Amino acid sequence: MEKLIYLDHAATTYVKPEVFEAMKPYFVEEYGNASSIYSIGRNNRKAVEEARATIARCIGASEPGEIYFTGSGTEADNWAIKGAVYAARKKGGKHIITSAIEHPAVLETCKYLKKEGYDVTFVPVNSEGLVDPADVEKAIRPDTALVSIMYANNEIGTIQPIKAIGEITWKHGVLFHCDAVQAAGSIPIDVKDLGVDLLSISSHKFYGPKGVGVLYIRKGVRLENLIHGGHQERGKRAGTENVAGIVGMAKALELAVANMDQYSKKIRRLRDKAREQILNRIPYVRVNGSMEHRLPGNLNVSFEFIEGESLLLLLDMKGIKASSGSACTSGSLDPSHVLLAIGLPHEIAHGSLRLSFGEANTEEEVDYLVNCLAEIVERLRSMSPLYEDFLKANK
Amino acid sequence: MYSEKVMDHFMNPRNVGEIEDADGVGQVGNPKCGDIMKMYLKIEDGVIVDAKFKTFGCGAAVATSSMATELIKGKTIKEAEQITNKVVMDALDGLPPAKVHCSVLAEEAIAAALQDYRARHGLDTDGEYAGCSGCCGGCGFKHDHGVEEDGE
Repeated sequence: MEKLIYLDHAATTYVKPEVFEAMKPYFVEEYGNASSIYSIGRNNRKAVEEARATIARCIGASEPGEIYFTGSGTEADNWAIKGAVYAARKKGGKHIITSAIEHPAVLETCKYLKKEGYDVTFVPVNSEGLVDPADVEKAIRPDTALVSIMYANNEIGTIQPIKAIGEITWKHGVLFHCDAVQAAGSIPIDVKDLGVDLLSISSHKFYGPKGVGVLYIRKGVRLENLIHGGHQERGKRAGTENVAGIVGMAKALELAVANMDQYSKKIRRLRDKAREQILNRIPYVRVNGSMEHRLPGNLNVSFEFIEGESLLLLLDMKGIKASSGSACTSGSLDPSHVLLAIGLPHEIAHGSLRLSFGEANTEEEVDYLVNCLAEIVERLRSMSPLYEDFLKANK
Repeated sequence: MYSEKVMDHFMNPRNVGEIEDADGVGQVGNPKCGDIMKMYLKIEDGVIVDAKFKTFGCGAAVATSSMATELIKGKTIKEAEQITNKVVMDALDGLPPAKVHCSVLAEEAIAAALQDYRARHGLDTDGEYAGCSGCCGGCGFKHDHGVEEDGE
């Protein structure tokens, strides 16, 4: 069988067997509509409500009624942002504050709203990839309707000072949304402690199924609806419930929270080993983003003089699956907006590699990865005119 | 997303390297955009007897450089000038739309190296070479990219 070393857990994870087992009954046997009155429907209603309670408990919500199921993390982000500013419109709110390094689900939503006439402030990050809460406070205006800052960045894994920002938004009476899609399952989330009003998570980032997300809406916060139709999700998000997905998501989050200490220790050890070996063995490498405030499983490095897509293709031939912030992999002419925001020159951003470790990875895989990387980087540099120029200049 | 031929030329690129006493050298592209091609030509009696390249770029950039050097080796200068990006692309069984610009870069690398050859040998040059030195779309010159450009 072809070797498969999966180092792209930030993109998505497999579904854990226990999670899949928990979902199984809801496809063939328990197929009733959760809104129906007969027994197979009622059983599904019960399953959905139990899942809601589990998720509420896992993120520290006050009550299950604050949990709303969506079709994805992206939908949760869209709903939080559009729903909040549309609701604020009547009271004169027309300004949004977000950061320069958000996921496209937030950035593109904000850009869309900008076209609709809203003002958006993109607060910068420092060279470590961290937002300064003081910048958020300075950006607040009387007409600010929402602040939206991610918990952890999807490319460089940096963890933002959400609690400090939450104190600021609370003081100014501004709604605060947090995209916690990358954080959920890797670091603890307590919505009350963080002081957020809205928080998005997505099931497939923590060994749950794809196609299901959650928006936490603090009790008392009013959002305009985006999905109109039936009365599901207490009249706020229409559409027949994805019962199997919801059950799977709750099971996956429950497992993640129960095993978090062990899990984060394990992936942190693998990540640190990979980082150390890469830095020891390969010259002209830089690690992107703070190592102190960072998700345990994330590593993002740039190899000078080479381009990321070539690197990914050659890694793939060795069975290693990873991702890059190069323009060629994003489908645009510019490399990753996150790497540019932390001040990387374009040519170095093009040569970036994101490795995100997970539960099934091993120490041996890290050794193999670093061996392959050393060989591939050398090979690509040997055919790079940039490296040739660099060597000639440093003769 | 890539054809087998593209993958073959990416995995086993032909003619990688430098020619120490090259008769013409051309470099196109820009590190800012993630693609640079440098082409070296050895020319005897108007015939390209050897071609080598170095490329910083994606899989398609490497494959188009490799194929371009293969296509021009043994050709006269006049014949080499007929090697457009479409010829390179067709020889690779096509490229994904987002990668067509890599084949344009290959065409321009050949043109830049030939221009350098003419300049060095005091041959007629048809004016200033206005080849690609920036990002795709950065030169304002309408290339036959073979696809509709995104209005982004």
